[in-house]
Amino acid sequence: MTDWPLLSTITFLPLLGALFILLVRGDEETIAANSRAVALWTTVVTLILSLFMISRFDGSSADFQFVERASWLLPGIDYAMGVDGISVLFVLLTTALMPLCILASWHAIQTRVREYMLAFLVLETLMIGVFCAMDIILFYLFFEGGLIPMFLIIGVWGGVRRIYASFKFFLYTLIGSVLMLLAILYMYWQTGTTYIPDLMAHGFDASVQTWLWLAFFASFAVKMPMWPVHTWLPDAHVEAPTAGSVILAGVLLKMGGYGFLRFSLPIFPIASDFFAPMVFAMSAIAIVYTSLVAFAQEDMKKLIAYSSVAHMGFVTMGIFAATTQGVQGAVFQMLSHGWISGALFLCVGVVYDRMHTREIAAYGGLANRMPVYATLFMLFTMANVGLPGTSGFVGEFLTILGTFQVSTWTAMFAASGVIFSAVYALSLYRRVTFGQIEHEGLQQIADMDRREIFIIAPLAVATILFGFWPMPILELTAPSIDALVAAYQEALAAHYGGTQ
Amino acid sequence: MLNNLALILPELILFIGAMGLLMIGAFSKTDATRTVDLGAVAILALAAAAAGSYATDAPATAFNGAFIMDSFTSLMKVLTFIATAIAILMSQSFLKLEKLARFEYAVLLLLAAAGMGMMISANDLIALYMGIELQSLALYVVAAINRDSLRSTEAGLKYFVLGALSSGMLLYGASLIYGFSGSTNFNDIAAAFQPQDVQLPMAQVLGLVFLLAGLAFKISAVPFHMWTPDVYEGAPTSVTAFFASAPKLAGMAIFLRIMMTGFENALVAWQQIIILLAVASMVLGAFAAIGQQNIKRLMAYSSIGHMGFALVGFAAASEAGVASVVLYMALYVVMTLGTFACILSMRRDSGPVERIDDLAGLSQTRPFMAFCLAVMMFSLAGIPPMAGFFGKLFVFRAAIDAGLYSLSIIGVLASVVGAYYYLRIVKVMYLDPPADEVNEPMPRELSILAGVMTAFTLLFFIYPTPLVELADMASSVLVQSDLSLAVD
Repeated sequence: MTDWPLLSTITFLPLLGALFILLVRGDEETIAANSRAVALWTTVVTLILSLFMISRFDGSSADFQFVERASWLLPGIDYAMGVDGISVLFVLLTTALMPLCILASWHAIQTRVREYMLAFLVLETLMIGVFCAMDIILFYLFFEGGLIPMFLIIGVWGGVRRIYASFKFFLYTLIGSVLMLLAILYMYWQTGTTYIPDLMAHGFDASVQTWLWLAFFASFAVKMPMWPVHTWLPDAHVEAPTAGSVILAGVLLKMGGYGFLRFSLPIFPIASDFFAPMVFAMSAIAIVYTSLVAFAQEDMKKLIAYSSVAHMGFVTMGIFAATTQGVQGAVFQMLSHGWISGALFLCVGVVYDRMHTREIAAYGGLANRMPVYATLFMLFTMANVGLPGTSGFVGEFLTILGTFQVSTWTAMFAASGVIFSAVYALSLYRRVTFGQIEHEGLQQIADMDRREIFIIAPLAVATILFGFWPMPILELTAPSIDALVAAYQEALAAHYGGTQ
Repeated sequence: MLNNLALILPELILFIGAMGLLMIGAFSKTDATRTVDLGAVAILALAAAAAGSYATDAPATAFNGAFIMDSFTSLMKVLTFIATAIAILMSQSFLKLEKLARFEYAVLLLLAAAGMGMMISANDLIALYMGIELQSLALYVVAAINRDSLRSTEAGLKYFVLGALSSGMLLYGASLIYGFSGSTNFNDIAAAFQPQDVQLPMAQVLGLVFLLAGLAFKISAVPFHMWTPDVYEGAPTSVTAFFASAPKLAGMAIFLRIMMTGFENALVAWQQIIILLAVASMVLGAFAAIGQQNIKRLMAYSSIGHMGFALVGFAAASEAGVASVVLYMALYVVMTLGTFACILSMRRDSGPVERIDDLAGLSQTRPFMAFCLAVMMFSLAGIPPMAGFFGKLFVFRAAIDAGLYSLSIIGVLASVVGAYYYLRIVKVMYLDPPADEVNEPMPRELSILAGVMTAFTLLFFIYPTPLVELADMASSVLVQSDLSLAVD
């Protein structure tokens, strides 16, 4: 492809920015101001580079592109980077959300600004690396390394119960991942390589696949998170600072779904097929049960966190339906949920910065004082519900469509989940924005300023644009997803054809 | 004869150097502590260079096969001597502030290093015992070097009594082995065992078990770990830093040598024991550390746990397994010394402090020290991309290859439990508000050493090849045949 290692540049550029921040000298004010500026510029340049990458990306090919490979740890364990139609969009999602996060923290974070920006830049490198890695050990390195900055972001700049939340986040995710590590080592022993395309082509024994699939599932189900291992997410979200929540919901959760797509389906097709009913059941429970739980929440962030679990239920359902529509819907849903939930957390952040509470009951009648806010919040609430015309609809519709061909019952439960999501999301919106202003403190609340509008506007544009015109995303992902589904069906046919 | 002397050159350098420095210290008119310290470091560097020059040579033995020199001993000696040198450098400021600065300290550490060199190179039960005793005697004395402190003398005494007990067990085991194989040489012992003998003679098993118990004591593997927390806590911190690093390396090296060469045919007998030791060490190390308030005591349990992880690779009993143990120990020593560089810097106006809570808010008062310690903690916990992760990766790789699945699963779960207490230290430093009393600044040499080891730990992932290759080379001479075939 190109000689210049573009993916490595995009991945490690934020680290360079972090190095610059370390070199900043001066009094506290200067350090804070310079750290913010360096972080913003680094993330913007990274975004521009990733836009450049996507402009050079050949959307008609299912192959990995911009491939880099260099020997690294052991024979067969290389430094290998590359993106295909699925991962390229996640890279873009990450690099696009990052500048917004930095901007959202501009005034909200006043303590230890330098460390905060450092943590975010390191986190960006690790997140991009997860989506670019073509070697599974390298993937694991980025995947696990991300725990450290996120632990600090929640723990240092979080709310009252931040320590509990950060420990829970770290240990939950770790315990899932270490089992995956053993599975990876087993695969390395069997095949002598950890290069992902080689592993996809290997074809493990059916009985081995079962165990490996379960180990990978332990990691990704926690990360996703799927019911019943989702309990770390509401805690982490509630305590994390606004930008932390945006990244958590926008990118980190997607790593679970990405992992299922990248590893579980192509490498363990037989086990994926075998366990699909279990995943369907868990997804259906996630959609219905966490929607009901969300309805009962008194904390805005907690409500959105539970709604995230429900939306991830659609994703897992769509992935393991393993039909073209299902997988496409899952990818679309992940991307769309990335910006919608990010925007919702930003919306919560806007009022939290003013009132310093996230309790739903502390608000009411905001539409009277904050018309712009009420409008944007409504848009994202509707998108969260999956109203046609927003990007939230496309993903949910495609996943339900894709699943309907495989499991009618699951699709029915999932469809009922759409109604539940309307229940909690609309009631949240009503209680926050409608009615008369009853609380004294809200009498003087100011509407969103220009910076806040500037942060949320791109997300609003994406929500509406891809709601009406999802083709660019679907076309870009189609070749890779078609290849994935075709290989999957072929592997199943070969297996069941052979045993019959 | 000259050939023999050439092979023991590193130990000769250490012995002669130690004697010379002892003279300088004893007859110097002024306080010669600093001169002796720096001289000791120079001698250790020289000995490391001498040991390193054998790295690529074919194995050679001296003194009728009692002493062996190959790429395995070469690497382990270099690591041990460097670790000892770093331990001496780190101790200077601490001992001076504690008014413990005596020139005998460095001399004793040199003698211990010579003992460790002999241990590593031992190819005979007598040579092994001599090396262990030389090392242990020096260690007993340095543990009690703060003779006015009740805790330090108690630590020394405890170490001595329990160490003597374990030496007794080792000697008893050695005598049984000798009685049944007719030789003390490892190669002859190996010949006395029938290859893949399923039913070993009872006395031989008994001898093997006693030998294992004695060696397990030296690396503080559970259930022979009882002395570790008390000695680590009671001894002066600089001594603890040394205890946790170099002697562990030497102990593991001879443990590997004797099992992989002397008892290679008795694999079925000792593999089960190693697995048991590994599981018990990992689990106890992980759970017992949770409740600790004293950071030295916590590090004691941490090192017990890490010995357990190293034994996981040992249990695989393959070439990859031995290589992983060597790599793990090398990384473990770097992490331990880096951690202790920070612990040695924990000092207030009132004197040294050891409670974990004394680190509160360190990230705001002493950001560099907090950063170094945090990197070490994440590395000890085995979180990528720190070096500690690669140690665990290689160890578990070897175990998976050998089919030890249950052991691996227990191991990774124990590492998650262990992550909790390492995280707790990070939490205290980064998440808690600073204490009223501020930590003193890090002494210069400690901050340099901590910085170097942090950089190594943090950046190891970029270019891990050299150390990996050295470990592979070292293990290839130790594992003659593919023993892992014996495991089903």
